Amino acid sequence: MSKNWPLWEIFVRSKNGLEHRHFGSLHAADAEMALANARDVYTRRSEGVSIWVVESKHITASNPADNGELFEPAQDKVYRHPTFYDLPDEVKHM
Amino acid sequence: MSEKEIKSLEEIFEARIARDEKIEPKDWMPEKYRKTHIRQISQHAHSEIVGMLPEGNWITRAPSLRRKAALLAKVQDEAGHGLYLYAACETLGVSRDELFEQLHSGKAKYSSIFNYPTITWADMGAIGWLVDGAAIINQVPLCNTSFGPYARAMVRVCKEESFHQRQGFEIMLKLCNGTPEQKEMAQDALNRWWWPSLMMLGPTDAESIHTEQSMKWKLKRKTNDELRQQFIDQTVPQADVLGLTIPDPDLKWNEETGHYDFGEIDWDEFWQVVKGHGPCNKKRMKDRVSAWENGAWVRDAAMAYAEKQENKKVAKAS
Repeated sequence: MSKNWPLWEIFVRSKNGLEHRHFGSLHAADAEMALANARDVYTRRSEGVSIWVVESKHITASNPADNGELFEPAQDKVYRHPTFYDLPDEVKHM
Repeated sequence: MSEKEIKSLEEIFEARIARDEKIEPKDWMPEKYRKTHIRQISQHAHSEIVGMLPEGNWITRAPSLRRKAALLAKVQDEAGHGLYLYAACETLGVSRDELFEQLHSGKAKYSSIFNYPTITWADMGAIGWLVDGAAIINQVPLCNTSFGPYARAMVRVCKEESFHQRQGFEIMLKLCNGTPEQKEMAQDALNRWWWPSLMMLGPTDAESIHTEQSMKWKLKRKTNDELRQQFIDQTVPQADVLGLTIPDPDLKWNEETGHYDFGEIDWDEFWQVVKGHGPCNKKRMKDRVSAWENGAWVRDAAMAYAEKQENKKVAKAS
């Protein structure tokens, strides 16, 4: 019984100065092959200058069902935004 | 979960889509949404993969290095498009192996247009111009579909696809400006590919069983008949530029509707090909399955090598 190639997540930096961004996923036997395949699949038209590959099983993701408790508390903390604070009109550039 | 709870989840879900929110793989979704998406996205992926076969036929016989490089790049793009789509499909919890199994066993369908033969070089022109032209019309609205991974894959596919159509049109143009025999070859290709290209946009709205649900989920934004009309309206003037005749005696501009009227499509032929009785159904599947089976030892060897390297690393560390 042959084993299937594992799944990898591909991150590409499109040019220096920008962060690596998730581009998609692909199957490969190992990291080296994942890099080679990512080059062929995701950068055929000069879309990148650097590639990261991470085996998908190493990613831990939050559960959308927990979105309420995870992200809603931020909504009533308006004092984290600059517009919460009153300043006199004379004060410029702050 | 009780039936009532599911019902309310479904309502929330439908409302999200109506608000143009995207659905991501880990979000709750109705089972029917998941299944419909697996079916449609995998069919789309299979079409890209099987679609490489009729064109692969001409890579070694392209008339110049320029044409060969372009055709090779186009076929490579199709492999890439298949991969983007399989990956999007896998986020719904189906494995690549299951998808291949469905294709190889005939359980899953692919676009019936690829069951027609490519007998002359002009077919490479007609496929790029007409088949990719029809595919673009089908695919552009999908860039906005509700399932995030599918929409993202489609954005990338559409960006790459426009070169495909242009290279096809250029092949046709070159032939049409060539010798009478070359122009004849172009006309012959148009004659053979025109009707299958119209069928490619799917059964008429009256016959299409999935349209209503698919519109709601934004898997479809226009009906098959609307897309077909759009394709005809944009393609007829292009045929005029080439100096070719569309093989439809009933085709004529309708001043009143602002669209072209066209003749009856032979839907019997369409269903015959869908059911496996097209000119090349058997050959396509045989080629696809043998490519997969003959590649098994390479996949196994790569996996064995990767495991060996991994074990070496572990042994060194301990």
